[in-house]
Amino acid sequence: MWEQIRANKRNSILLLMLMAAVLGLLGWIIGMSVSPDPRAGYFGVGVALIIWFILAVVSFAGGDAIFLAASKAVPVTKEVHPQLFDVVEEMAIAAQLPVPKVYIINDPAPNAFATGRNPQSASLAVTAGLLGRLNRDELQGVVGHEMSHILNRDILFVTIAGVMLGTITLLSEVFLRGMFYSSMGRRYSSRDRGGGQAQAIMLLIAILAAILAPIMATLLYFAISRKREYLADAGSARLTRYPEGLANALEKISQNTTQLSVANKVTAPMYIVNPLQKEGMKLSDLTSTHPPISERIKILRGMAGASFADYSDAFSKTTKHATVIPSSALQDDTAVQIRTGSTQPAESAKNQARNIGNIMQQVAGFSILTCACGLKMKIPPNFKASQVKCPRCGTVQPIS
Amino acid sequence: MAILLVPIVIVVLLIMFVIGIYNSLVGLRNQVANAWSQIDVQLKRRHDLIPNLIETAKGYMQHERGTMEAVTNARSQAMNAKGVAESAKAEGVLGQALSKFLLTIEAYPDLKANQNFLALQEELASTENRIAFARQAYNDQVLFYNNKIQMFPSNIAAGMFNFAKSDFFVIEDASEKAVPKVSFGN
Repeated sequence: MWEQIRANKRNSILLLMLMAAVLGLLGWIIGMSVSPDPRAGYFGVGVALIIWFILAVVSFAGGDAIFLAASKAVPVTKEVHPQLFDVVEEMAIAAQLPVPKVYIINDPAPNAFATGRNPQSASLAVTAGLLGRLNRDELQGVVGHEMSHILNRDILFVTIAGVMLGTITLLSEVFLRGMFYSSMGRRYSSRDRGGGQAQAIMLLIAILAAILAPIMATLLYFAISRKREYLADAGSARLTRYPEGLANALEKISQNTTQLSVANKVTAPMYIVNPLQKEGMKLSDLTSTHPPISERIKILRGMAGASFADYSDAFSKTTKHATVIPSSALQDDTAVQIRTGSTQPAESAKNQARNIGNIMQQVAGFSILTCACGLKMKIPPNFKASQVKCPRCGTVQPIS
Repeated sequence: MAILLVPIVIVVLLIMFVIGIYNSLVGLRNQVANAWSQIDVQLKRRHDLIPNLIETAKGYMQHERGTMEAVTNARSQAMNAKGVAESAKAEGVLGQALSKFLLTIEAYPDLKANQNFLALQEELASTENRIAFARQAYNDQVLFYNNKIQMFPSNIAAGMFNFAKSDFFVIEDASEKAVPKVSFGN
């Protein structure tokens, strides 16, 4: 996969440069719209470039921390969910990468993402809803997908792109709101200033640019994130040797109707499936950050083996497009047989819901106290009393 | 002067090029060795886990003494095995004994309800996966290294400094290919 890694590193730098140009232009237009003096334009460029520089440094040094915090991801220890840690370590072995830091997002909607500057500083976050719904093979498929993002260095690119997109959106918003409020004041002063037709045109351009820039940046961001999803799916099948696991996981995730409350436009492309959808609607194929889920499932199920070549064949057959797999990956590839899945019985929806509740309580710091009569009591973390009375048998239990 | 300089520059560039390839080949060879040692780490994990597993199961499965002894014996043989071939064979026997043991567990619902045992079962499932994934990662690394050795231009440097091809990890017995099936009834 060296070709892909190199391409991602190059694209990361290219994107940084492109964003500098876009921000600079935006700064110049906004500056010129404020005053026709060219010095105002230069001042605008200067301010934009300083903002860009700060952003570049921030996204390199702490972009992952921003995303984790924005998604309300909680770092967890192995005791909270041993299986998740086992699966993450297994995938790290398969991908020959250091074990990433593991986070759980306390949300009942199923989703997952990976972030970080490089594999050494990578973090992996999954929602409680995902853990409660998926069986071991399915969880492995999802973690394999995220591990492929880390392996391909998608995480750096997406982090930088996300921070940049966030800023462009923010700057435009600030400018447009500023225009809105200042135009109310201008109504009284415009008569004595007169003239300045050029400035009025400049102002119009500025407003147009401020509206269009975030849309353009979003479109660009979405277009480049789609190919990565296919590649990560192929990588997951290769690592787990069990494409059915990821296919089943995607199917379960797509049946979900609850929305991930912590996701927004900027963080959406990081997740394994697009977390943004209309309330109460199924995650449909209309999403643009990700390829259609039904297509991804169809490709995975159409694989004859678990190698990149098998994914490439299945991809061409399903989408009628040329392959998405880089040639270097196909070259350093052996035939990989699909392994047999584990025979884990499917859990009822009720059990899944109970699992999700248990995981969420555990992440939130609830402790479990088992009474002598066999009743399990869940003690919330903010429960201050030193003892609790068992509601079934009435014995008073001390809380350690 | 300038005419003399050109061949010197070319020779220096060539030498630097060969040094670069040589270093990357050494790096890859070390990665192959490292991938191999990772398998051993996971096998050790398997050996460490078995006594705990047997100890927990003992109280519930008096009638399966034979199956448990087979696992214990296979474990000690695998731990004492010398050399790659012998060790691979002993680990294969152990893998089979473990999957047999896990099959018999299905008949003991009490054991399957034991929290401690459930945790061990997850550990065992993960360990078997780790072994399989470490072997797969080793083969990936060998393929990458062998490709480098055989392909132009790195094959020239490989030939000059005698870089030998590495062997893939091959499981001879077809029954060993299957990782022991671990089921999670609850």
